Amino acid sequence: MSLSTYNFPGRYSSLSEIAEIVKEKSSEAGLQEDSIYSVECAVDEACSNIIEHAYQGEDKGEILVELEVFAEGIKIRLIDHGIQFQPEKIGNPDLKAPLSKRKPSGLGLFMMRKCMDKVSFDFSPGTNILTMIKYRDTPCCTDLDSNQES
Amino acid sequence: MEVLITHYKRCDVLSIIGRVDSYTAPQFQEETKKITDAGKYKLVFDLSKLEFLSSAGLRVLIVTQKECKRYNRGEVLLADVPPKIYSSLELAGFTELFQIHKTVVDAVATF
Repeated sequence: MSLSTYNFPGRYSSLSEIAEIVKEKSSEAGLQEDSIYSVECAVDEACSNIIEHAYQGEDKGEILVELEVFAEGIKIRLIDHGIQFQPEKIGNPDLKAPLSKRKPSGLGLFMMRKCMDKVSFDFSPGTNILTMIKYRDTPCCTDLDSNQES
Repeated sequence: MEVLITHYKRCDVLSIIGRVDSYTAPQFQEETKKITDAGKYKLVFDLSKLEFLSSAGLRVLIVTQKECKRYNRGEVLLADVPPKIYSSLELAGFTELFQIHKTVVDAVATF
C-alpha cells in the first residue's frame, strides 16, 4: 500500500496536472486502460465541481488530492474547504430526453458515480471530503450495485 | 487543446486535438461559435486526436448541436471517435443525439 498527497491551487489549469498524477497512480495500481480513463474522468469532474461549486470560482482555495494504491485498486480522497456540497440535491440527468429538452449541464456528478465503484461524501465544518474507489478488473463505467454513495 | 478547421464546399471539419476539460472547453466553445456565427451549420468534428473529454466538453457538443439543428439548417456529425471517448459519449446518452461515422471522409460525404 502506498499513499501520496498533493496540494493544487483550485483553478482549472490544475486539471491536466492532476490528471497526469491520477493516471500514473492508477497504472501503478494495476488498472487497465479503460479503467484508468474512468478514474481520470471522475477526478476531473470532481475537481471541476470543487472549483465551480465549493469555491464558487478559481483561486479561492486549494484542493488536496490523496491517492492510495492498495491491494485491490486505488482510493482517491479530494479535500476542499469551500461551501458544503449537497449531492442529494442533484438529480440524475435525463439521458433519454430528445435534443431540444437535453440540458447542457448536470452530467458531472452522474459521470463520477458511473465511472467509479464507490463514491462517498463526508463533511465536517469547513471541510468537504470526497472519497472514490476504483477496483481492478471492473469494467469501465460500471453499473454495479456496489456503486454507493453516503 | 487545439482546434484545426478545414473548410470544404459543403461543410467544415473541426479537428479537436488534446484535452477538452473545464480549462480548455471555453476555447473549444469559442472556436465552434465563430463557425456558427459565420452561418456555417454543417459541421464534422474529427475526434481522432481527442485525448480526453469531460462533461464541460460534452456541454459544448450539445450546445453546438442545438445551434446547428435549429431550423433544420445543419447538423454536427462526429467522426473517428477513439473507444474511450465513445464510452463517455455512450454513458452520457450522446450516441442517440449525434450521427457517429467511422471516418471523416464518410461524415463529409453525408452532407
